[in-house]
Amino acid sequence: MQGTIFDIKRFAVHDGPGIRTTVFFKGCPLNCLWCHNPESIGCEPFQSVRKIRLDDHLFDQPEKVGREVSVSEILNMLRKDRMFMEESDGGVTFSGGEPTMQPAFLKQLLIASKDEGFHTAVDTCGYTSRQTLAEIFPFTDLFLFDLKHVNSEKHLAFTGKSNEVILENFRYIIESKKRIRVRIPVIPLFNFIDDEMKNICDFLIPQKDNITQIDLLPFHTIAQNKYKRFGIANKMEGIKGLSKEDIYDAKKIFEKEGFKVKIGG
Amino acid sequence: MNNRIKNLREESLNAVNRITAERALLVTRFYQSDEAKGLSIPVQRAKAFEYILKNKELYIGEGELIVGERGPAPKATPTYPEICVHSLKDLEILNSRKKVWFRVDQETKKVYEEVIIPFWTGKTNREKIMSAMTPEWHEAYAAGLFTEFQEQRAPGHTVSGDKIFKKGMLQIIDDIRESIKSLDFVNDPRAYDKHEELKAMEIAAGALIMWAARYAERLDLLASAEENPARRQELQQMAAVCRRVPAYAPQTIHEALQYYWFVHLGVITELNPWDSFNPGRLDQHLYPIYKKQIEEGSISKDEVYELLQAFWVKFNNHPSPPKVGVTAEESNTYTDFCLINIGGVKEDGSDACNEMSFILLDVIEEMRLLQPSSMVQVSKKNPDRMVDRTMKIIKTGFGQPSIFNTDAIIQELLRQGKDLVDARKGGASGCVETGAFGTEAYILTGYFNMPKVLEITLNNGRDPMTGKKIGIETGDPHHFTSYEQVLDAFRQQLEYFMNIKITGNNTIERIFANNLPVPFLSLIIDDCIKNGTDYVAGGARYNSSYVQGVGLGTMTDCLTAIKYQVFDNKKVTMADMLKALAADFEGYEQLRFDLLYNTPKYGNDDDVADEQLREVFEINYNALNGKPNTRGGQHRVNLLPTTCHVYFGKVTGALPDGRKARIALSEGISPVQGADQCGPTAVIKSAAKVDHLRTGGTLLNQKFAPEFFEDDEAIHNMTKLVRSYFRMDGHHIQFNVISAETLRDAQKHPENYRDLIVRVAGYSDYFNDLGEDLQEEIIKRTEHETM
Repeated sequence: MQGTIFDIKRFAVHDGPGIRTTVFFKGCPLNCLWCHNPESIGCEPFQSVRKIRLDDHLFDQPEKVGREVSVSEILNMLRKDRMFMEESDGGVTFSGGEPTMQPAFLKQLLIASKDEGFHTAVDTCGYTSRQTLAEIFPFTDLFLFDLKHVNSEKHLAFTGKSNEVILENFRYIIESKKRIRVRIPVIPLFNFIDDEMKNICDFLIPQKDNITQIDLLPFHTIAQNKYKRFGIANKMEGIKGLSKEDIYDAKKIFEKEGFKVKIGG
Repeated sequence: MNNRIKNLREESLNAVNRITAERALLVTRFYQSDEAKGLSIPVQRAKAFEYILKNKELYIGEGELIVGERGPAPKATPTYPEICVHSLKDLEILNSRKKVWFRVDQETKKVYEEVIIPFWTGKTNREKIMSAMTPEWHEAYAAGLFTEFQEQRAPGHTVSGDKIFKKGMLQIIDDIRESIKSLDFVNDPRAYDKHEELKAMEIAAGALIMWAARYAERLDLLASAEENPARRQELQQMAAVCRRVPAYAPQTIHEALQYYWFVHLGVITELNPWDSFNPGRLDQHLYPIYKKQIEEGSISKDEVYELLQAFWVKFNNHPSPPKVGVTAEESNTYTDFCLINIGGVKEDGSDACNEMSFILLDVIEEMRLLQPSSMVQVSKKNPDRMVDRTMKIIKTGFGQPSIFNTDAIIQELLRQGKDLVDARKGGASGCVETGAFGTEAYILTGYFNMPKVLEITLNNGRDPMTGKKIGIETGDPHHFTSYEQVLDAFRQQLEYFMNIKITGNNTIERIFANNLPVPFLSLIIDDCIKNGTDYVAGGARYNSSYVQGVGLGTMTDCLTAIKYQVFDNKKVTMADMLKALAADFEGYEQLRFDLLYNTPKYGNDDDVADEQLREVFEINYNALNGKPNTRGGQHRVNLLPTTCHVYFGKVTGALPDGRKARIALSEGISPVQGADQCGPTAVIKSAAKVDHLRTGGTLLNQKFAPEFFEDDEAIHNMTKLVRSYFRMDGHHIQFNVISAETLRDAQKHPENYRDLIVRVAGYSDYFNDLGEDLQEEIIKRTEHETM
């Protein structure tokens, strides 16, 4: 079985417990203005060129963004770091893009990973079908759930989709007693506002027992060059990145309610 | 740290590195005196040692608790004219060079001009060595195929075992006398030689006791003149310590540290052995004494910390003795490579981590000094909390401690034929070198430039840097039709140069054995007394000689480039490759780009590249391992560069991996700078493809942004990263935790970074003291970003 990914990152230490390998699926149903991987949004692989300077010469290095891979190819990659996963109680994380956009491929990968004895995590934006979630439940040890906003209109304006499905799926995962780690991108103009953060927090409080941790991911401008390189319009241009210190107050909002909170995941 | 330690530390940091002619003058006076006449060589050496200790100036600094300096004051650094004599020009260079300078005053120059140089010229060991080397050796040496450790420093590289913590010098003298008694002049043709050596050892042991007594006397004198009653009592106490040790076995932490310190100074005063002697498994040596003292209430924890901190400062007062000529560039540092070992396993194989291990880690973190360097031995039996604690110190970014795999070290030693208990009592010293502490003379003989061998192979025996033919003809590479031919030619060429190196080694060993025995060091290392044989002549229980291979990563990538681009994919012809190398890639920019960016590289867990690593390793290993030395032992392989990869790079032209001429080679077993693109687990997987257990040490350097150590969870992941590498039998790993920005700023504003220490290939050094090219390299080395 084949699927489309755009990267595999080893020694991923912020995508779940321990030392992990993260597989980035290509294609995402949302179109977040701040996306750090804008090249991952479209489903189709595309050809690009990277300019590399070596001494006084500029070279064109062709680069394919996204590629078709088989389950067994990915599994071979995952096996390479088995020792590190075992030692650190780490595992594999399927991220994106949005992994649930390729449900059959994701399910096969999860089954194969569990066969290998890997701890599995799925990093999702939550915009998917209930059935897809139900199918992967048995093979998923942990969900990393991107919860961006509880206000539907604002969600629509900043991500291209309203959030009803997302919140519903969130509750569904919680009700199914799956372990869940909440990731909140902290974005200026969008949710980096005390009241907005409090609203998100209020939404999470009733589910506290099933939430292992909250990761606050401060907006940064590291992706600026990507927007330029891939010719994608950067709607967040000119907005400054947030530092750890900047979002310290936001962190306190959640900590006050007894959540384990980490900045940067 | 309390005020006393703060002051001592500050004084040490501010002390000016300078050359003292004290030792040179004393040793010269001795050799000019009647006392030196008519003696056997070992006895003459012991008498010279005694003469120095009898006449050298005593130094007792304000507030000091541990006494004794190699020179007349902290950082006053002696010279060893019997090994090699500095010319006036050398002294001028030392005085005026920008990095790692030593001030030389007019008085010293005058003494050199009038006494030292006239007396020693023509008599030094270096001259003996150089005149004994073959023309082939000289040519290869001049071309930068290898370096020679022993031309300016004595064979060193050994570490104290537990002997001195259990036996006083008087007991050791008893052992010597026993050994003399058992000499059999009828049946043992070496009985007389042994007799003279043992006599020399006894003189040397007595000399150390005498030196301590001089200190005791001086301390009493100071005490009687001291007005502050607290300090007066302290001075009296110190005098009492100097009367007890080294004569008797130490009973207290104070005595143990002072005893070791006298021994340390003895070793580095007798000669200037590589790398500086060190106490080895310090937590193991001190723990029984510490436990007893705490239980009986004769010491407080604060006092233990204070004594250890005072002890730490003493190491920092002793920069490595400055060299002349080529070695000034190849290993240019104040560090003298004392590597204190913490953790590991006990004699019975069980977890050795104890309370003293954690105390020493606290001391390391608080003192934050260049010397002594420190390392933590991690066995599968040691608890994670020891490694986590270590990571927290590493996080502070001064490159210490480095981390070693005890279980690998033990297997390495066993493979070399050592006893299991001796192996468990061992560890690593210098940069990463495996040794059986207290029982082994494992002598490093020089670095070996593997990529230079390839360069010469690709020129059919000629060195393109000079045009001279210095190698053998292994075939014109234009006519090679397969990668195997390249590999075979490289193998022949490497064997040729390795044999030249070994020939040199086996000559130099005898020159030292005949002319410069070390009866004092022989007291400390078993079984020199039992065998009646000197440390440099094979008296130790185990005797290894190392040639340190340099440029493994570069070499691997070169072979991969040839195999992949020339033969497998035929992207470039051999003729064009050779032309490009000759032109240093001028006009071949696209080829160079493809070699750098579109060719598999070591360090990415890619077998297409890493396969050549195994080949290079085997070729080097087979050329060296097991070749006999003259001390009853064998030559062994290890893979570490110190800073020699920079020097070797300077003498090596463009290479097939896309490296331009004169750029630094890769260091240790680390990938070529910037070639690793898949993160630390991939680097570790690649590095684990080296057969560490068949070496006597490998060096893997990884630079991390501080973020990887940001909280307990992150630190624990780093611990697990190390554990994984060690499960794969990795020997050593070290982390540089620093950001490139910080380093750039340090280049611009060195004044703001006076105490910025970074780790360079096996040891830590002040960033400001590094050459610009090395600074650049550290900045360039892949920084694994947190994203």
